[in-house]
Parts: sequence; C-alpha cells; structure tokens
Amino acid sequence: MKAEKRVTILNRLGLHARPASRFAQTASTFESDIWVEKDGVSVDGKSILEVLTVSCPSGTEITIRAEGPDAREAVETLTGLVTERFGEID
Amino acid sequence: METLKAIAASPGIAIGPVFLLNAKHIKTIKRKIDKEDVKTEKERFERAVSRVEKQLRKLISELPEEIKEHSNILKSHILMLRDKMVYDKGIGFIEEKRVNAEWALELVLNEIKGLFSRVKDEYIRERLEDIGFVVNKVKAVLAGTETRLDFSSVEEPVIIVARNLSPADTLHISKEKVLGFVTELGSRTSHTAILARSLGIPAVVGLEGVTSRCLSGETMIVDGLKGQVIIEPDEATLSEYRQRQENYLKYRLEVIHNSNLPAETTDGYRIKVMANMELVEEIPIVIQHGAEGVGLFRTEFLYMTSKTLPTEDQLFLAYKEVVERLKPHPVTIRTLDIGGDKLASDLCCEEEINPALGLRAIRFCLHEKGLFRAQLRAILRASVFGDLRLLFPMVSGKGEMIQVKRLLGQIMDELEKEGKDFNRDIKTGIMIEVPTAVLTADILAREADFFSIGTNDLIQYSLAIDRVNEAVCHLYEPLHPGVLRMIKMTVDSGHRENIEVGMCGEMAGEPLYVPILLGMGLDELSMNAMAIPKIKKIIRQSNQEECASFVSELLGLESANQVKDKVVEFFRENYPPDMETTDFLEFDLSLT
Repeated sequence: MKAEKRVTILNRLGLHARPASRFAQTASTFESDIWVEKDGVSVDGKSILEVLTVSCPSGTEITIRAEGPDAREAVETLTGLVTERFGEID
Repeated sequence: METLKAIAASPGIAIGPVFLLNAKHIKTIKRKIDKEDVKTEKERFERAVSRVEKQLRKLISELPEEIKEHSNILKSHILMLRDKMVYDKGIGFIEEKRVNAEWALELVLNEIKGLFSRVKDEYIRERLEDIGFVVNKVKAVLAGTETRLDFSSVEEPVIIVARNLSPADTLHISKEKVLGFVTELGSRTSHTAILARSLGIPAVVGLEGVTSRCLSGETMIVDGLKGQVIIEPDEATLSEYRQRQENYLKYRLEVIHNSNLPAETTDGYRIKVMANMELVEEIPIVIQHGAEGVGLFRTEFLYMTSKTLPTEDQLFLAYKEVVERLKPHPVTIRTLDIGGDKLASDLCCEEEINPALGLRAIRFCLHEKGLFRAQLRAILRASVFGDLRLLFPMVSGKGEMIQVKRLLGQIMDELEKEGKDFNRDIKTGIMIEVPTAVLTADILAREADFFSIGTNDLIQYSLAIDRVNEAVCHLYEPLHPGVLRMIKMTVDSGHRENIEVGMCGEMAGEPLYVPILLGMGLDELSMNAMAIPKIKKIIRQSNQEECASFVSELLGLESANQVKDKVVEFFRENYPPDMETTDFLEFDLSLT
C-alpha cells in the first residue's frame, strides 16, 4: 500500500530538533517505510538526523510518503502532527 | 558469556554489575581489526549503545516532576543513538572498513558533520552538539570512562574493573559499595590484592585486557578462589555460582567457628599467630579470626588519605584506639613505610627513577626527621594504653638502627620533660627485608628485641624482581633455595641472641608453607586475618620435629621447582585429604 500527502510546516522555528524528534519517533511506530521529500530530496522519515538535515523552516512545503501495510494511517498521523504544529505553542 | 582466568588475589565469590574505572591514559584508540573479530566488535558496539540507551532511559524515568520537560531532549538523544546514521552506519563501518567500534563512531560523527555543515538553519546546525554528546557517551562506555569521579554516584554495590588501582584509589572504596575487584595489572602481593584480602573482598588480578572485554553495568562473576572472571554469565552458570558462593560462606563460618583453638602442633610446639592490619575497621575481623595480636600494623594510610600530614595528636588518637581495642593482645606498629608502590602523592617531592631502591621507609623517616618525630611521639604516647611494640622497616644495617635508637632516646627524654606518659621499655623490632640485614642479622639482633621477616620485599630485593612487573613476576619465587636459606639464617641468628623471630610477609599466610615455617623454628607468624583460622588448623595437625627434619632436607635442594615439588608431596602425605579439597579452596596450587 502506498500513500502520500503534501503539507506545509507551520511552526515558527520550522522542523527543528524537538519536532523532528517527535516526527521520527512517531514515524518509527509504523511498519511502513516513510519518507519526507523536500525540493526533490527524499530522506528517511524514521531517522531524526536525516529529517533534521533536510532543514525545513516555517512555510516549507514537504511531501510525506509511506509504503507498507499501514501506509495510509502513517501518512495521516504524520500530516496531523505537522498541521497541529507538533502540539507546540511557539 | 566469556570466562577469563588470571591470578586469584583474594578469596571469595562476588556476583554483580561491573563498574569500569578508567585509567587516565585511555583515549580513543583507533585500531584495525581482523576479519574474525568483526562479530565481537559489532557486539561490543551494540552493547555500548544499549548501555547508553539504558542510562538515558533511567535518567528520563528519574527526572523530578519540575524538570520533566527536559525529557524531550533525552528522548531525542535516544533516537539519535538508534538512528540509522549512527547505529547502522557504525555497524557498517566496523564490517566494511574493519575498524574498532571507537573508530567507527569517529567516522560516523565525521559523516554527520559533513551533512550538517550544509544545513543553512543555524539552530539545526547546533544539533550537531547533541549528536556529539551521544556519540561521546558511547565512546565513554567503550573506553570505560565512567571515571572515579562518578564513583560516588554508584548506588548499588559493584564489581570494580580497572587497569590498575593505586593504593590511594582503593582507599576511597567502601566495602558496602564494592563486591569485588578485577585489575589488569598486579599480583597476589601487590597492594590492591593485600587490601582486598584484608577487607574480605574477592579479587582477581593480572587479567590483561579485561577492561576492553566488559562494559559498565554488565553482570560479572569474580571467583577469587580460582582466579576466574565470567562476563555476562548465562542462567545456569549464575545459579551454579550462587550455590558456590553459599558453600564458601558456610565454609568460612565453620573455619571461623574453630578459629580460637590454639596454634599448637601435635608435639606441643606453640607458635604465635598474629594478624596484619592497617585500618581501624579491620579490628573486628582480626578478633573474629582468632588472631593472638597484631604482628604488623601498617601506618601509611593516615598519610595517604589526606593532602596534609597528620598531626601528632591525630596519630596518637588513632594508635590509642587500636591498641586499646585490641588489649591485652600485643600490637606491633610499623613506622612509616612509604615509597615504592605505596607512594603518597604529596609527601615525596622528588620523582625517583627507582623508588623501590630510593628514599623510602626508614631512610625517608631519618631524612624527614620532623615527620618521623611526630610519629614516634604519637606511638610512645599510645604505648601506655596496651601492649604496643615498635617495628622499623627496611633497615639495611647497624648504622641506621643506631640513628633510630638515638632519636628514640631523645624523644623519650623530651616526653619525660613534658610530663607525658609513655612506656620506656617499649619493645623495638627490626623488619628483615633487605638482604644485608639477613647477612648481618647476628649484629642487628643485639640492637633489637625482635625480628620480623618481611618476605615480600626480601624476596623482591634478593631475586631482583619487581613484583608488579608482569614480565618478571613469575620469577618471584618464595621457595627459591636462596630465600629459604635467608629465612633460616635470620631465625638462627636471632635465636642465638635470644630474641624472637617472626614473619609478617605474605608467605606467613600461605597454607602450603606452614610446614616449612614451623620447621624453621619461627616464633610468630603474622598474616592477613582471613588466613588465620586455616593456618592454625594446619599447625594443629603438624608435628614440629618432623617439619624441622623436612626443612633440613629442603635446604639441600637446588632449585625452587624441586622445593615446590617436595613441599606439595609432603603436604599430601602428612595432612588429611580433606585439606586438599577444603583448605586449598582459597588458592590455586599452581599459582604458589
């Protein structure tokens, strides 16, 4: 199963350490492979370090893609995290 | 599970978590590894990572409510630790590049640095610091850098694993926190081993490479009876060792139960069995094990625990406590024997090329008169509170004894003028541990009330063997015909002048040597308190006359090996078979 969704980073500081950490942590709970794509560069969504290195300041558009048994659920949960600004008030 | 074998230094069995003490010089060592070691190295890497992960999780769970917020950072550290760029890459480097775990981590860090340097966002670039932190933590675990500073934070009792422990290191170690010792360097007669035995802590020493084979927090069994160490034992081994530990404790109890029976041979020869000690805390052990007094009270500790010299009053109070608590038993107090491997950090200012042959013991005391004077005054003042005796270490000839006695006389006059109580007839003894003291024992015997043979140094100086040098320590042979002759010569010279001759070296506490020492006609044996019950038991089963003729036979032999064979044979023939199973329990025969 494959799924993907485009979202915009809304946090003021972008996808910095704590959001990236939450992102990777949440991604790791899914069985599917997960990628984060920005400007044609795709990185492993389960790796906090890779997510950090794509450097996504506020306003960046990214694509979250998943492939595997729980792909749809994964994409939904992760886009939810992003649109809810990772539950942070900044 | 891995089983390693080295030198049994202190009897007993310890089971518990490893605490790796780092020697300062351990840095990140980059090393290429062989193909067959790749698997082990990957496991080592994995263990270190797991260890750090566990530490972080523990830290998170222990965070107080008000700073729970910070757990996010720690959680991101765990993620980084297990991130494929760290973990999988690290494993990959070990496999492909055949490098050790430390080097692989360095490569990992470099690669991540490269990636991060391209990130424009400064805030994110700063996260590199966190990665560095995590990687270093793994490196620290690999190198065993959970340093001595962290030791105070240890809560559950641990097994200390170190390259080497200086006497000063061991001093800061409390018995409640330490289950056992394992060191890479050292021998049965090195200071750490002696200390471990007197504290009743199981120890294995001389185990080369142990610090790189285990990690802090891993379970270890220290078998101080066989000289074995088992890292991460399986369940079967663990339960086997728990049983052995229990058996050993039972055996010790039984031995102690009989420890107050007299040390008298079957033909009525009485030999005094005394204890060696250095800490006030050891007094109960000394009494419990049936010592008839203290044949060697080491006084270095008070000089080593503090940066400043102890005052006369501090020393007086310490000595007074020991002599009072052991009353009516005699306490033989050895004056400061600092130097060699027992260096006090601030006391000696000059670095010596050859400290064992340098300014130490009586030479040092006669050189530092103020210090010596304070100690002698303290000892003399304490002498009225019980049976206190003086013992001077490392005397090489009559000249030094003349100087010592002159100083002692002056101090007595001083104390008398000050109206302070002391025992003017205090017995003074000479420690026989320099070969020239043996050769002039007939002369020295007229200058003292007793002799005490210090076998550790005597053997070291006679055979020219540095007992902590692993390359030559196998040549440290207590049964060398030369050593036996020197012991005999000392005993005979002393007896001709009607003074008592004792022995306070490690040799005195070795079961196998009992027939020799009895046969030599020694008047007193002083040893680690733990050894007393067994030595007494062997004495009770010995016949002194037979031992004496056995010694004459030994003195005709030509090599240490011949002597050893004969001694083992004599032991097997003359002592009940249960001796071999239970009484040799403490030490491996092959190591004697």
